[in-house]
Amino acid sequence: MPAHEIEIILSRQLADCLTVPVFIVNPEGTLLFYNEPAEGILGKKFEDTGAMPVDDWGTSFFPYDEDGKDLSPLELPLVQTIRNKVPAHKTFWIKSLNGKSTKISVTSIPIIGRSNVFSGAMAIFWDNEVIR
Amino acid sequence: MKVKLHGTRGAYPTSSPTNQTYGGNTSCIEVIHGDERIIVDAGTGILGIDFDHYYKANSINILLTHLHMDHIQGLAFCKPLFNPKKEVHIWGPSGSPESLQSRLNRFLSPPLFPIPLRDIPATLIIKELPNTNFRIGKFEISSEYISHPGPTVGFRITCGSKSITYMPDHEPVIGKSHLFPEDDWVSGFNLAYQADLLIHDSQYSLKDYQTKVGWGHSSLEMAAEFCSRAKAKHLIMFHHDPTNTDDERTEMFETFMSSVNYDFPIDLAVQGQEIEV
Repeated sequence: MPAHEIEIILSRQLADCLTVPVFIVNPEGTLLFYNEPAEGILGKKFEDTGAMPVDDWGTSFFPYDEDGKDLSPLELPLVQTIRNKVPAHKTFWIKSLNGKSTKISVTSIPIIGRSNVFSGAMAIFWDNEVIR
Repeated sequence: MKVKLHGTRGAYPTSSPTNQTYGGNTSCIEVIHGDERIIVDAGTGILGIDFDHYYKANSINILLTHLHMDHIQGLAFCKPLFNPKKEVHIWGPSGSPESLQSRLNRFLSPPLFPIPLRDIPATLIIKELPNTNFRIGKFEISSEYISHPGPTVGFRITCGSKSITYMPDHEPVIGKSHLFPEDDWVSGFNLAYQADLLIHDSQYSLKDYQTKVGWGHSSLEMAAEFCSRAKAKHLIMFHHDPTNTDDERTEMFETFMSSVNYDFPIDLAVQGQEIEV
């Protein structure tokens, strides 16, 4: 398998150093990498899963808004960034597979390297209930 | 195919008597096949090339990995640039809002240099390289961005069934003891995969690297691990730190070699050395 673009590799290096959950996806939505803090959201370990197609990781948690209404994938920042290649941000709730609900804020940014090619997106999750 | 190492030193040239074993000139190599030649990087090593003898054709190709001073310092004094009959093709990394020509002009213009780029007598053809494949004569070349501060590419040069990979400045993983376990997460992996010869940054000892994380260079250990992962067949450790004497460099290398057992040859780059591939 050919190596990822350097900007994706360096994004992982950054994610690897952060204490907040980070997802890195390619333009098709495949989850290329998630860091250790993000394992709590997915209930999986990157070492065990490696990259995951969107159909696999997208069903690992259930996002909903403040009225309890389920959010469609198109309303999620990371999906918006992949579709529109622009940054996106949203605060919402997620329920993980073990039933735990968490209020989170997600900021996603497009990753466009020196080749000027959209090579994916990075999403940073902020757990609003954790006081840092 | 043959490679000649004209400059093996990193950072800055040195004329110290303690640096004469591996040479004091900064990065420059020549890749040669028959009467075809390309020059890669234009550190002070480029001044050792006998242009009158070997470059009788009007067209000369110089590939630049990046524009740090130790890779372009010799360009300003490179003989063909001052010959109006010569056509000099300079290939270097894109990836900046400023054009390659404009970035080169920052150095090749007053007050750093007396002659502005536009007044260079040779015909200059400046070509920007993103991640791409291209051909110069018999050489097929791949350029790819690699991990080093500022726009920087590595090159894989293939001729027939043989390939050489040149990554003089490269920190394949930043601040970690080992590469990521998956090959597709290793900077430069595509370029180096199963290369017959890998010329790779190995500027620091492991101890020195600890205080220079993120500066864009590798330790000997990292260079060898990278070569092993990429299954390259021969490693030349390049870009020697000029703050080390050659005796210190030799001792560092021997200590390293006594602690590992890789199944490919590893050598320190020596200025003037020719390597048949």
